[in-house]
Amino acid sequence: MSDPLALRAGAETLAAPLPPLLAEAEHLAAAVLLGEHGRRRAGLGDTFWQYRPAMDHDETRAIDWRRSARSDTTFVQDKEWQIAQSVMVWADGAASMDFASRKDLPTKATRARTLALAAAILMSRAGERVGLAWPELAPRRGEAQVARMAALLAEAGEGEYGVPETRSAPAHSRALFLSDFLGPPEPVEEALGRAADREVRGALVMVLDPAEEAFPFDGRTIFESMGGTIRHETLKAGDLRGRYLERLAERKDRMTVLGRVTGWQVLVHHTDQSAASALLWIYNALERRR
Amino acid sequence: MLTLGPLGLTAPWLLLGLAALPILWLILRAVPPAPIRRRFPGVALLLGLRDEDSQSDRTPWWLLLLRMLAVALVILAFAGPILNPRADAGGTGPVLIVADGSWADARDWTSRRERIATLLDEAAADGRPAAVAILTEPPSGPPVFTDARAAQQTLAGLEPAPWAPGDAATAWAEALEGDFDTIWLSDGLERDSREALLAAFEDHGAVRVFQSPRTTFGLRPALHEEGTVDLPVIRTPVGPEAQVTVAALGLDPAGIERQLETAAADFAPGEPVANAAFDLPPELRNRVTRFEIVGQRSAGAVTLADDSLRRREIALIDGGSDREGLELLSPLYYLREALAPTADLIEGPLTDILPANPDAIILADVAQLADGEAQAVREWVEGGGLLVRFAGPRLASSDVGREAEDPLMPVRLRAGGRSVGGAMSWGEPKTLAPFPEESPFFGLPIPDDVEVTAQVMAQPDPTLAARVIAQLTDGTPLVTREAAGEGQIVLFHVTANAEWSTLPLSGLFVQMLERLAISTRGARPSAEDLEGTVWTPEELLDAYGRLFDADTMPGIDGALLAEPEPGPDLPPGLYAGEERRIAVNVLGPEATLGPASWPARIAVEGLAVVRELPLKGWLLVGAAALLMLDVLASLALSGRLRGPRAAGGAAVVLLALMLAPAGPARAQGEAPAAPDSETASADLDAFAIEATSNVVLAHVLTGDPEVDATAEAGLRGLGRVLYARTSIEPAEPMGIDLERDELAFFPFLYWPVTADQPIPSREAYQRLNRYLRGGGMILFDTRDADLGGFGSSTPEGRHLQALARPLDIPPIEPLPEDHVLTRTFYLLQAFPGRFNSRDIWVESAPADAALAEGMPFRELNDGVTPVVIGGNDWAAAWAVDESGQWLFPVGRGMAGERQREMAYRFGVNLIMHVLTGNYKSDQVHVPALLERLGQ
Repeated sequence: MSDPLALRAGAETLAAPLPPLLAEAEHLAAAVLLGEHGRRRAGLGDTFWQYRPAMDHDETRAIDWRRSARSDTTFVQDKEWQIAQSVMVWADGAASMDFASRKDLPTKATRARTLALAAAILMSRAGERVGLAWPELAPRRGEAQVARMAALLAEAGEGEYGVPETRSAPAHSRALFLSDFLGPPEPVEEALGRAADREVRGALVMVLDPAEEAFPFDGRTIFESMGGTIRHETLKAGDLRGRYLERLAERKDRMTVLGRVTGWQVLVHHTDQSAASALLWIYNALERRR
Repeated sequence: MLTLGPLGLTAPWLLLGLAALPILWLILRAVPPAPIRRRFPGVALLLGLRDEDSQSDRTPWWLLLLRMLAVALVILAFAGPILNPRADAGGTGPVLIVADGSWADARDWTSRRERIATLLDEAAADGRPAAVAILTEPPSGPPVFTDARAAQQTLAGLEPAPWAPGDAATAWAEALEGDFDTIWLSDGLERDSREALLAAFEDHGAVRVFQSPRTTFGLRPALHEEGTVDLPVIRTPVGPEAQVTVAALGLDPAGIERQLETAAADFAPGEPVANAAFDLPPELRNRVTRFEIVGQRSAGAVTLADDSLRRREIALIDGGSDREGLELLSPLYYLREALAPTADLIEGPLTDILPANPDAIILADVAQLADGEAQAVREWVEGGGLLVRFAGPRLASSDVGREAEDPLMPVRLRAGGRSVGGAMSWGEPKTLAPFPEESPFFGLPIPDDVEVTAQVMAQPDPTLAARVIAQLTDGTPLVTREAAGEGQIVLFHVTANAEWSTLPLSGLFVQMLERLAISTRGARPSAEDLEGTVWTPEELLDAYGRLFDADTMPGIDGALLAEPEPGPDLPPGLYAGEERRIAVNVLGPEATLGPASWPARIAVEGLAVVRELPLKGWLLVGAAALLMLDVLASLALSGRLRGPRAAGGAAVVLLALMLAPAGPARAQGEAPAAPDSETASADLDAFAIEATSNVVLAHVLTGDPEVDATAEAGLRGLGRVLYARTSIEPAEPMGIDLERDELAFFPFLYWPVTADQPIPSREAYQRLNRYLRGGGMILFDTRDADLGGFGSSTPEGRHLQALARPLDIPPIEPLPEDHVLTRTFYLLQAFPGRFNSRDIWVESAPADAALAEGMPFRELNDGVTPVVIGGNDWAAAWAVDESGQWLFPVGRGMAGERQREMAYRFGVNLIMHVLTGNYKSDQVHVPALLERLGQ
């Protein structure tokens, strides 16, 4: 039985980052000028697409009498085809993401969540259904969904390194995965492979801290993972730099190859870079092939 | 203590710790630097990477060396190194510290006292009891050895005495008992008692001597020769060429002691004596009370001048010059001969002589003085003069003192006189009778050949016997004397030449004159003379050569003065006897100075305390600095100087390293460069051009930035109003620094008074007064009219009073209704600023200002008031910002706007008044002018 006060305090602590996260994401989303991205062909929708002569199969009530009155033929108003895609978002909340090398930099998790939420807002505005791959949230439309996403995104993940969850993604849907992908690559590859099997396409954003790119360490050092479970001791950290960077490049390559194989877009984003450009890239990546 | 050259170690055993350094080296080398823990998500990528070089973890040799050095420094520091350690005298018994304490010590007595204090410190450190004694004033009993710290307390009372250690010191030293070590602070002068003292001290223990090598100068008493006063200066040790300045001090005519004259004494190389010759006019010479060597603070460098230096001024007047050419018969010839060597003679008319106030006037055969002269002479006598008269034919034939006692004669005379032993008379020439005991001549030997052939006779009288101080063998008076007031009148009943007696030809004559203190003797009174007399000290010298009043001292036996030897019972100074004063000087006329010589077995140390310099602190500082470097180096090695989290720690260390040298470095860096005179003058020119190319309203910078800004804004606002409404087109206002800026360029100064602005300097006030006299105007604004009326005790009001006190401000009055300020441009009767007080003060109108016929105001023609004083805070009412917006609210609503307008109008009137003066006042003459023009 939990103390109500403690529960409340915990809940508030949990909720505390929400408004800023949401606000930041909204702010970021506002930077991308949204057009109404219809399907560019006639279909089911709300907006006018074209007039066409009425066919036999058209119901009489579908005839646009105002237009038809101006000529001898009857015309039917076609609406633009608008179909909602499902976009599954996953922002890695594992311990490794909770890292910022400098005080003025956001942690990778913060950046990933912000980008995820901003992308969700954009998608939501574009009329897509947005959901979360983990914690699981079924794709829906609307502002309320964004708020729910924000609440769920604030939760920290488990484990040292996160693994994307693709089971909940509906077939043919789109997905956006944000993580540092520094953990073991095999689970990621496996998950993406399964997703590709189900025609799920999307974008991978590899969020890295500048320190992870530069490895500015020297001297005798014990490196610990953020969760403290993995550790590596070296006597001369400086000597490791070259080999570390090799491995990092290798990992990036691996992700790129993975993307190419599965048809996903891959971006390496650093937390000291502009979030807006990353968002734009995400938006374009998700738009592609529509 | 271990001593290595100038370095001593208090704890040398600690140096053994240095042996541990190699072990430390090995340990430090073996232990790699502590690892840093870093959280790093990329650790997964590192897994499996191995270090290529497992040896690189060792601390580099230079860092090790750094640390070794630091540790070595710490060990050295705790070993207690001391630079210039005190030589350890050893010994454990009590310590007796004696100082000569003579006049020669006085010059550096402070350092001697410090030296004694240091010695006591040492004794205290060694736990030895100590006692301190001064040889010139040895303690009455054996020294009391107490704790050295307690002995410190008595140091402040130790003073040198203005004499040398004498027999008393020797007797004291010889009476000492017990074992003790002696430390002797010598004054460096040779004297006979040294050997005995040294022997006495050595009987009880070791003797150390401190003595500072330095030149001691002494001044022998003044010698009077051939009109010059010679001051022999002696010195020791005899060194190279040197020059000292001797100053003669005395009272000036106003009675203030000052340096009357200086003379230089040049020592030839190797010469112990030099002479400073003073060529002083008698007037000046008689004022000299003492001579001293300039810059020498000791009694030996002072010699007091007593009567032996003083030359008496004696006026000689004879009855007439009718016997021209017969020099040997002149009544004054023998007097001159007798007196000239020892006195200054004046001759001339009595009226000229009396103002010079001579010590004695000798009237040789002068019978009658003019009435006024007689009166004046009598007054002079009663004021302390000595009038000596000699008889002669004229006196004998005159009626002076026949019937009644003449005020200028000691006795009445019988007519005619007598002559004995001459060709036409009976009897033998008379000789002198022995002098009676109460006579001043008592004891003078009477030569046989002194004969008196003629004399004037005293009228027998009850008082006559008491007045006779010399008589002939037949009992007739030869010299009579009468006291008159402070002075006395003496009559020689014979002539001053050899006509009536042979007395002037004999040595007795001179001696008699001396006894009468007409002339002074070159020598001191003899021992017989001094026997039994009592002399009272007037002023005494202390060891530093300062004179002090000796009113409270008892008189001393004259016998001591015969061969004066300054000592506790005869301190040097000026002693007054019955008729003369004798100076007892520290150094006699034969005094010599010599350097003290010590047997070879006695170690003579310098007086200067070589400061012990404990090096511990410095070494520890050095170690700390090295460790600081080590911190930096370690940080650099372990990568903490670079990369994340490095900035903070490294910055702190760097800051700590920088702080110490930063202070002076900055101070040097910011030391103001000497102002280039060219740029300065260019600045001045620019200022002058700016101030004079237009009418510039100026305000005084008060130092309060807000007030200054308001004043500037106010003058700017007023300037804009003037520009808009009048032909005055002022430029931007300027702030004036009273201390620096020239005021003459500005017709008008606005001076807001703050309670805390600094009072200007004297030069600034001079400029201000010149400015006011030159037609400038200052508007003082206390800005406090809302708080109190004029002159009320607001802080600004009080400060204004302080500020204006040195100013040349004429009488002021509240601004009268017909003052020209009320109509120079606008017709005004109120002068508001932000506040509306009527208390505005201007220069008061002249008392004779009259109300002109048919004019509403008085004739107030002259002068622009140099000051206007008020507290209405005008500047705030005028103030506008750059865009012309008012800065301060005035009043409320429309009434406030009206008040602001009035404030501007007052400003316009004021500047008009400043620039046009009283021109509006001249309107009073318009009717007269029109009339003259025939209109």
